[in-house]
Amino acid sequence: MTNSDPVLLKVRDLHFSRGSRKIFDGVDIDIERGKVTAIMGPSGTGKTTLLRLIGGQLHPARGSIEIDGQRVNKLGHSALYTLRKRMGMLFQNGALLTDMNVFDNVAFPLREHTDLTEDMIRDLVLMKLHAVGLRGARDLMPSELSGGMARRVALARAIALDPMIMLYDEPFTGQDPISMGVLVRLIRELNDALGLTSIIVSHDIAEASSIADHIYLLSNGKVVAHGSADDLAESESEWAQQFLKGLPDGPVPFHYQAEDYLSDLLNGVNGR
Amino acid sequence: MMTSRTAEIWVGLFVVAGFAALFMLAMKVSNLSAYTDDDGFEIAATFEDASGLKVRSPVTMAGVTLGRVTDIKFDNSTYKAVVTMQIESRYNQIPAGTSANIYTAGLLGEKYVGLLPGSASNPCDEEKLQAELEGREPDLKGLDCSPQFLKQGSHIKLTQGSLVLEKLIAQFVSRFMEGDDSSKQKDSD
Amino acid sequence: MLQAIQHLGRSGLDFFQRTGRAHILFSQILIGIYSLLPRLGLLVQQVYSVGVLSLLIIVVSGLFVGMVLGLQGYNTLVDFGAEESLGVVVALSLVRELGPVVTALLFAGRAGSALTAEIGLMKATEQLSAMEMMAVDPVRRVLSPRFLAGFISMPLLAAIFSAVGVLGGYFVGVGLLGVDEGAYWSQMQASVDYHEDIMNGVIKSIAFGVVVTWIAVFEGYDAVPTSEGVSRATTRTVVHSSLAVLGLDFILTALMFGES
Ligand SMILES: Nc1ncnc2c1ncn2[C@@H]1O[C@H](COP(=O)(O)OP(=O)(O)OP(=O)(O)O)[C@@H](O)[C@H]1O
Ligand SMILES: [Mg+2]
Repeated sequence: MTNSDPVLLKVRDLHFSRGSRKIFDGVDIDIERGKVTAIMGPSGTGKTTLLRLIGGQLHPARGSIEIDGQRVNKLGHSALYTLRKRMGMLFQNGALLTDMNVFDNVAFPLREHTDLTEDMIRDLVLMKLHAVGLRGARDLMPSELSGGMARRVALARAIALDPMIMLYDEPFTGQDPISMGVLVRLIRELNDALGLTSIIVSHDIAEASSIADHIYLLSNGKVVAHGSADDLAESESEWAQQFLKGLPDGPVPFHYQAEDYLSDLLNGVNGR
Repeated sequence: MMTSRTAEIWVGLFVVAGFAALFMLAMKVSNLSAYTDDDGFEIAATFEDASGLKVRSPVTMAGVTLGRVTDIKFDNSTYKAVVTMQIESRYNQIPAGTSANIYTAGLLGEKYVGLLPGSASNPCDEEKLQAELEGREPDLKGLDCSPQFLKQGSHIKLTQGSLVLEKLIAQFVSRFMEGDDSSKQKDSD
Repeated sequence: MLQAIQHLGRSGLDFFQRTGRAHILFSQILIGIYSLLPRLGLLVQQVYSVGVLSLLIIVVSGLFVGMVLGLQGYNTLVDFGAEESLGVVVALSLVRELGPVVTALLFAGRAGSALTAEIGLMKATEQLSAMEMMAVDPVRRVLSPRFLAGFISMPLLAAIFSAVGVLGGYFVGVGLLGVDEGAYWSQMQASVDYHEDIMNGVIKSIAFGVVVTWIAVFEGYDAVPTSEGVSRATTRTVVHSSLAVLGLDFILTALMFGES
């Protein structure tokens, strides 16, 4: 924590493949301390994969990921777990523990990692649940929640330990306009009040630009553009323009890599 | 989720039931209860034939188990089987003249050692008997007149070994054909 | 032809990789048990779902197996006039073989499959991943307590099975068929040895408990994280652990009762 380098997280020359498919092909990313950074890109480019690499759940084929001076992919088991205690991650689908109710889910990291009394845990959990607007839902089981509610509970759980760095995987999908607004404000407030560093993976250009200090655009395994929201809007990059305006035609492919459409159709069953 | 209190009670009951079952298997189903008196005394007996007898076969008198066979050895000089038995220490009044037999439980059952009580004769009694025959007063001086019982290290002299079916038949046949050369009969089987 | 050989080679490699992973997981689980010591609450919860919930099927099956043994044993023994030995037949079959083996098979079907499905689904729904990211090691938090619970529950369940079975044989033999009650118990006591029979049966059931829970936990943890993958893993748990129990039973029986 004493490290005062303004760049908290450094990704250098990152390579990663799934089978023969290259997901990352030389990616460099700098995440600044105390800032909200958005990572955007078409579906399937590997944004979730990037978060997993940062969390140390996947190992890069080449390159390095450095958090606060520590190289994630070189850490031993216990050092990695110590680092993860300072990270919060919001999973794309919430990933709540289905055998516990909402309250116990949020209390889970506290019970696992602290020796707080049940009274204090209760106060903390209710505070976190209140922040996401679900204090009244504490006794529900995860199967009784809607997708959006589940994600908000997961957010409460992710911030339970007051982490130093928060990774949000698509926090806005499935939220109605009101809770979306609340969430955007919450993420911003958490970031500023607690001095967090936040990484947001999102498709939602409007929301992401409204809270992100810095935006990275990923496509085809590379960073195609980065800068503040205004920089990108004025950027000359065709990729950025296409993505920001949501045009179907342009350098960013809408389709998962495949052979030519017409010949694929003509090939019939034999071609598979 | 089950409240943890109910689960704890159930788990407690489960563990108790499991150990109760183990206890029942040990005490009621197996012979562990007989194991407890390990401070019994050892006696030995020599049999012509101890076939079918095993270590831990029961040793009984009047149908009650008094102890178990602990060892079966072959005596290299007499060509007989020496059977060592552990008798529970509370049965300390078995007369010294007791005989040991190897029986079979039921027609096809296990072999066991059956003890038949004999006289508890002692040197004192023998002297009395002798004196009566000779018509003189018995001289009991220096003789032990208490009854003699089996104790640690006693050796039973009167024994009857296992009855082996083939042997019985052979004996029967040879007696049946009295006059014939019985040794030939034996060689042929 | 070449394809067949290639296929054979691939499945061979696959097999060895899986075996290797299973052993690594096993050692991690054992290490995890150590850190479980201060948290007995987790263990109690799992003994409940692994052991207590299997109790009913074990008791009912034990009773019926014992009753069938009583009936069949009587019919065979009565021809030799040896129906007094019914207790011996019932007790020895249960304590040496049927108790540990049938309990392990039922345990694999009841608790093993449930363990695999539960862990597999936790993996498929990213709950294990989420735990990792919360710096909670899923092996220690999820697998170790379940494994230890299976290890503890199996011998207790097997003992309950045997005891209930002996009682079932008693009801049929003494209650229905008129075998002498004293003979039933005394012949049993005379022939069943504590060390040779009871203890060896307990050792067998402990070994089966380890193998069945190990397979169940590994299959769940190694499952392909989809609904199809989980259902395959569950099937594999039941099949593999049943085969393992029967094979291991032969080996243990040969080792334990071989000489006598
Ligand atoms: N377990 C896996 N095995 C093989 N390939 C995978 C696996 N998980 C993801 N992929 C591939 O990796 C690529 C990146 O996946 P990822 O989930 O990171 O995408 P994403 O950018 O998060 O997409 P979205 O915005 O839709 O969530 C996808 O093309 C997918 O096909
Ligand atoms: Mg994703």
